[in-house]
Amino acid sequence: MSSLRSSLSLDRLGSVIAVLIGAALFASPFVIYRANRIVAGEGRMLADALPPSGSVGVMVLALAVAGCAALVRAPLIRLAAASIGLCAIFPAVGWSAGFITPPGNTFARVSPALGFWLLALAFALLAADALTRLRLSPWARLAALAVAAGAVALLLVSGAWNDLSLLKEYAGRADTFWREARQHLWLAFGSMAAACLVGLPLGILGHRVPRLRNAILQVLNVVQTVPSIALFGILIAPLGYLAAHVPLAAALGIRGIGAAPAFIALFLYSLLPVVANTVTGLRQVPAAVIDAARGMGLSARQRLWQVELPLAPPVILTGIRIVLVQNLGLATVAALIGGGGFGTFVFQGIGQTAIDLVLLGAIPTVALSFAAAIILDAIIDLTRRGSP
Amino acid sequence: MSAPSLLWRGAALVLLLLFITAPQLFAFAFEPLTVNGAPAIYNQGSLLSLTLSHLRIVFLATLASTILALGLGIFVTRPSGREFLPLSRSLVNIGQTFPPVAVLAIAVPLVGFGEKPTFIALFLYGLLPIFENTLTGLMEVSPQTLDAAKGMGMNPRQRLFQVELPLALPVILAGIRLSVIISLGTATIGSTVAAKGLGEVIIAGLQSNNVAFVLQGGLVVALLAVLIHDGLGMAERRVSAKLGRAADEVS
Repeated sequence: MSSLRSSLSLDRLGSVIAVLIGAALFASPFVIYRANRIVAGEGRMLADALPPSGSVGVMVLALAVAGCAALVRAPLIRLAAASIGLCAIFPAVGWSAGFITPPGNTFARVSPALGFWLLALAFALLAADALTRLRLSPWARLAALAVAAGAVALLLVSGAWNDLSLLKEYAGRADTFWREARQHLWLAFGSMAAACLVGLPLGILGHRVPRLRNAILQVLNVVQTVPSIALFGILIAPLGYLAAHVPLAAALGIRGIGAAPAFIALFLYSLLPVVANTVTGLRQVPAAVIDAARGMGLSARQRLWQVELPLAPPVILTGIRIVLVQNLGLATVAALIGGGGFGTFVFQGIGQTAIDLVLLGAIPTVALSFAAAIILDAIIDLTRRGSP
Repeated sequence: MSAPSLLWRGAALVLLLLFITAPQLFAFAFEPLTVNGAPAIYNQGSLLSLTLSHLRIVFLATLASTILALGLGIFVTRPSGREFLPLSRSLVNIGQTFPPVAVLAIAVPLVGFGEKPTFIALFLYGLLPIFENTLTGLMEVSPQTLDAAKGMGMNPRQRLFQVELPLALPVILAGIRLSVIISLGTATIGSTVAAKGLGEVIIAGLQSNNVAFVLQGGLVVALLAVLIHDGLGMAERRVSAKLGRAADEVS
């Protein structure tokens, strides 16, 4: 293995990362300072963004990581270097915000600039490469995710980032933020749960009746093809009609616009992966196993419950992973039709050209889908390992 | 493909073409949805030109992402690019957890409103499926086949163009189709950042509380997506058949 040699030859990927770090340090501003929320900002290089000791410290550390990336191949050392780099720049950007903002000025905004993002990208690439090469066990991956989440939580709780523009946007709308967060999660997870309730039986039915299977999958395929905002739009008409003419529907809170069409659209999108993967999961049980079960005198119903379903979870879970990641992203679009969720901040931010407001909606969405993907991947691996 | 399904698709295509060229013919169907005498058919621009600019941006973005994704996919599967392979596979996985809307929204403050942020979002997000499928297609070529090609005296370039790429083509085409469909949807959302496209009709309907606009915009985009998805699927099957592989094998 080349990674075990840890010779001093130049690593190609590492060299690219080192160049990236160099460009970030010497050619790009570390943070942007703006006199207020919406005016154009001016970039501050690392040297001007922190007190001298701080900027020299960050620079030396980043260069050390760059050297390590280019020269050392052992994944563990590279992972450690990347982590140290990330642990340095994340607090540093908060520190810089406090350092640059004139005392007592509540209008000035400081946000991370290209240099910071490039450094973060370079360190994250290095860490991702090392983690891929280490081939961690599912539990270790979950632990790594927990450590990363804990570190971010610590930064948020400790107030180290409080002077950053992003958190100032948050401070102004803390209540709304958590309300939209709950709405986002409800849309994504609620529609997924509904899709499982309907999709699993539908998948089992499709497995039993092949003719039905093709029809169901074809219809769901067409639904999946329809762009999200178009589906929202198509659903608004019948739901609006329902709300206007059926008092019960209106009493249940079903309206033409709002959360109802968003929930139904997400539900419809979720059906295809759930049904298709249930069918595939049930079909991939080897014929020999089914024969053996039949030979043991199991009825069709017993075979389903005792043989086919217990063997199918990894594939069905793969479908659920697709659904969850897809729903967490698509729920953003719900804001366009008044359905709430993190998209509210994204579209408000677009309207005001306030990038920090956009990020306030986008970062939690990305973080949630990212965490969901890692957690479900780990669970899928664990169920795979459990079944032969 | 069976005769009835072809008939359905033909009818849908005719309906779509008729609607975008002469929408007023359908006014009667949308009138019941309007209130207070609001117009039943979108009147702030021609549906035809909106459809064309929608398709243009999707086509340009897909073309750009296909070129780059194909190049990258070939590079990381060559000996000189092997060191990037593990990382690029995880990057594709991570990248797909980014919602297209987030990419679009982050691009706006950086490049301004209009077609540019939409193009960037479509381009970046479109890279992922094509790159992933290029990797899958190229790596699924069996070592025996490559050995045989080597034994026949083919050099690396000949092996790539005469063996690996043709074998991987159906999978790559499936990736391009996926990318086109995602782009059609994202371009619709692009109308919120002032890109010209069919999303305009839906957004205008939402803003003026006109369900007729919302519905006709939604239907046009939906029909367009379903028909393009089908058409590309047919092209894929044609290509696989030409290459002597059963279509089911690759789908």
